[in-house]
Amino acid sequence: MREARIPTDEIMGSGHLACQGCGATMAMRFALKALGRQTALVIPACCWSVIDGTFPHSAVDIPIFHTAFETAAVTASGLKAGLEMRGDHETKVVAWAGDGGTFDIGLQSLSGTAERNDDIIYVCYDNEAYMNTGIQRSSSTPVGAWTTTTPVTNYKERPKKNMIDIMAAHAIPYIATASVAFPEDLIKKFHKAKDIKGTKYIQILAPCPTGWKLSPELTVWAARKAVTSKVYPIVEVTENGNRLDVWKEFEPTSFKEYIKPQGRFRHLKEDEIDRIEKDIEASWQRLLAKEEMLSSIPGL
Amino acid sequence: MKKVVMGNHAVSYGVRASEAKVISAYPITPQTHIVELLSELVANGEIDAKFIKVESEHSAMAACVGASAAGSRAFTATSSQGLLLMTEMLHWAVGARLPIVLTNVNRAIGPPWSIWTDQNDSLSMRDVGWIQIYCESNQETQDAIPQAFKIAEEVQLPVMLVLDAFFLSHTYEIVDLLDVEKVREFLPPYNPELKIDPADPHSFGNLASADYYMELRYMIEEAMDEARGVIKRVGKEFGEHFGRHYGMVVPYRCDDADVILVTSGTVASTTRAVIDEMRDEGIKIGALKIRILRPFPFKEVSEVLCSAKKVAVLDRNISFGNHGIFYQEVKSALYGKTDIPVSGYILGLGGRDVTPKVIREVADKAIKDKNPEPYINWIGVKK
Repeated sequence: MREARIPTDEIMGSGHLACQGCGATMAMRFALKALGRQTALVIPACCWSVIDGTFPHSAVDIPIFHTAFETAAVTASGLKAGLEMRGDHETKVVAWAGDGGTFDIGLQSLSGTAERNDDIIYVCYDNEAYMNTGIQRSSSTPVGAWTTTTPVTNYKERPKKNMIDIMAAHAIPYIATASVAFPEDLIKKFHKAKDIKGTKYIQILAPCPTGWKLSPELTVWAARKAVTSKVYPIVEVTENGNRLDVWKEFEPTSFKEYIKPQGRFRHLKEDEIDRIEKDIEASWQRLLAKEEMLSSIPGL
Repeated sequence: MKKVVMGNHAVSYGVRASEAKVISAYPITPQTHIVELLSELVANGEIDAKFIKVESEHSAMAACVGASAAGSRAFTATSSQGLLLMTEMLHWAVGARLPIVLTNVNRAIGPPWSIWTDQNDSLSMRDVGWIQIYCESNQETQDAIPQAFKIAEEVQLPVMLVLDAFFLSHTYEIVDLLDVEKVREFLPPYNPELKIDPADPHSFGNLASADYYMELRYMIEEAMDEARGVIKRVGKEFGEHFGRHYGMVVPYRCDDADVILVTSGTVASTTRAVIDEMRDEGIKIGALKIRILRPFPFKEVSEVLCSAKKVAVLDRNISFGNHGIFYQEVKSALYGKTDIPVSGYILGLGGRDVTPKVIREVADKAIKDKNPEPYINWIGVKK
């Protein structure tokens, strides 16, 4: 039997303002367990700007600087530089943004931070839409999904933006995806990221029961099925974008099963589901081919 | 040490003397020399600072916000479109009460593209909550930087220093360069009580209900009000250290003046030359330079102007639909204190040269017009 190595320190307390079954809250709790208290958070506009609690309260027992929507990465860059110039070389600076703040409005400043390889950890907790404003589509919203700006008669037809490839193109030292259904893996990745200098990007699938029209007790179930149905591959990209490791040791499950309890996909017809499932399998195969290809290049 | 330097480099030397710890900037004409020299000074170790070379002005201000929140002295410079792009983060710096110093080189806003001077960029940030200082010479530009940090850090509000594109930014003048050691006596290292520090964790800027928001805004206005006294005291202290004194306004031959021209920026120097010329002709005329736009020096402005019979305000800017901005400000300063006519003149937009001849035209017009109507007097517009 494997021993679960999850630190017992609870840096995130109760009394936060998240919805029932919020994946973003789980993500924060696990991440902070790995990061520890010598950490400062930068949070742009996102669910977490509310979850943290209203002034003068905070649900998190480490410093937080709330910043504007598109500036998580660069505010963190500035904060890190400011701490360094004060002689604090220990504190880990973590930008903590949603998918809207990462895939869309914050992409430019994130690209700047990554290109400079500033020494921060950037976390995108990905709930696949603008959930804080009431479920509008983002470029992270998956194909086929309903949101309030992609009604069922005109659901999202474009695929989710591939942020991992975008970040890999910046040649930063560490990129990973994680899912709140696999906390040990998630925590391990934060431990790894902590010890690497430069820009680290971790994207965590954090289901949103409210926005996915999912029963709140199914958050972990959905976060697991997303991975096992190959919708949300768990990967690590290291060696400055030149090495890809895809997690494959799972029992595959179907896309149909994954979407069944999610109201956001309820409008999809059989043929549409089949088409999307085929695309998912093709993406998965391409991902494996890429892993293989990168590993075959000598000198890396 | 005296040296012939361009206006932009006077800014860089002011930053060096103030020992800024984090600098973040994005290039834009006509500001670029400021950050070019700063990156050189950082690279060769003359400034012990980190220079974050960002991908936009919005990010430049965000990086300054982060650095300042961490308790480090932060500086950036920009101009025109860059300042406009920063707008959101300019507000953020105020709300977060961060003593960032920014130099804005006044450049006209497009379209059509213009790289030449007018004040609409900085003046469109009038209501954001930044202290605004308008500079006239390279010496003043350099001296304003350590004063700005000192004021900012005392009242916990950011300060914007403003200089005219090309007429100041690219003009070479003799500047008595500030000595770092001496400035340190004037401006001690920044060490705020509240900052991002894991040993003393606080959450900054989180959601505030209507029960709190208004009080936090009230405190910003209180700080702005307090800044009036601080700016004067700091200007005086600077004088005690370096022999050059600075105040809220600079009156010139106003004591017995019937007509006073109100100016700002480099137009102020040109205006003084015209005043001398007209005085030689026996005309009782004076000039008032407004150095501080925010907090507006109501008291100083009205004290000087109330003794005149006529006031003419020269605006190198236009608030479409409501006259020049300095005109509006001066009118509100005089409201209820005097009935003397105040007329406003719009000139020099998009870098059009404001020569002594242009100022003379304004002065003659101001003297001639018996009862100036509150209409806009456009100077030199080809119709």
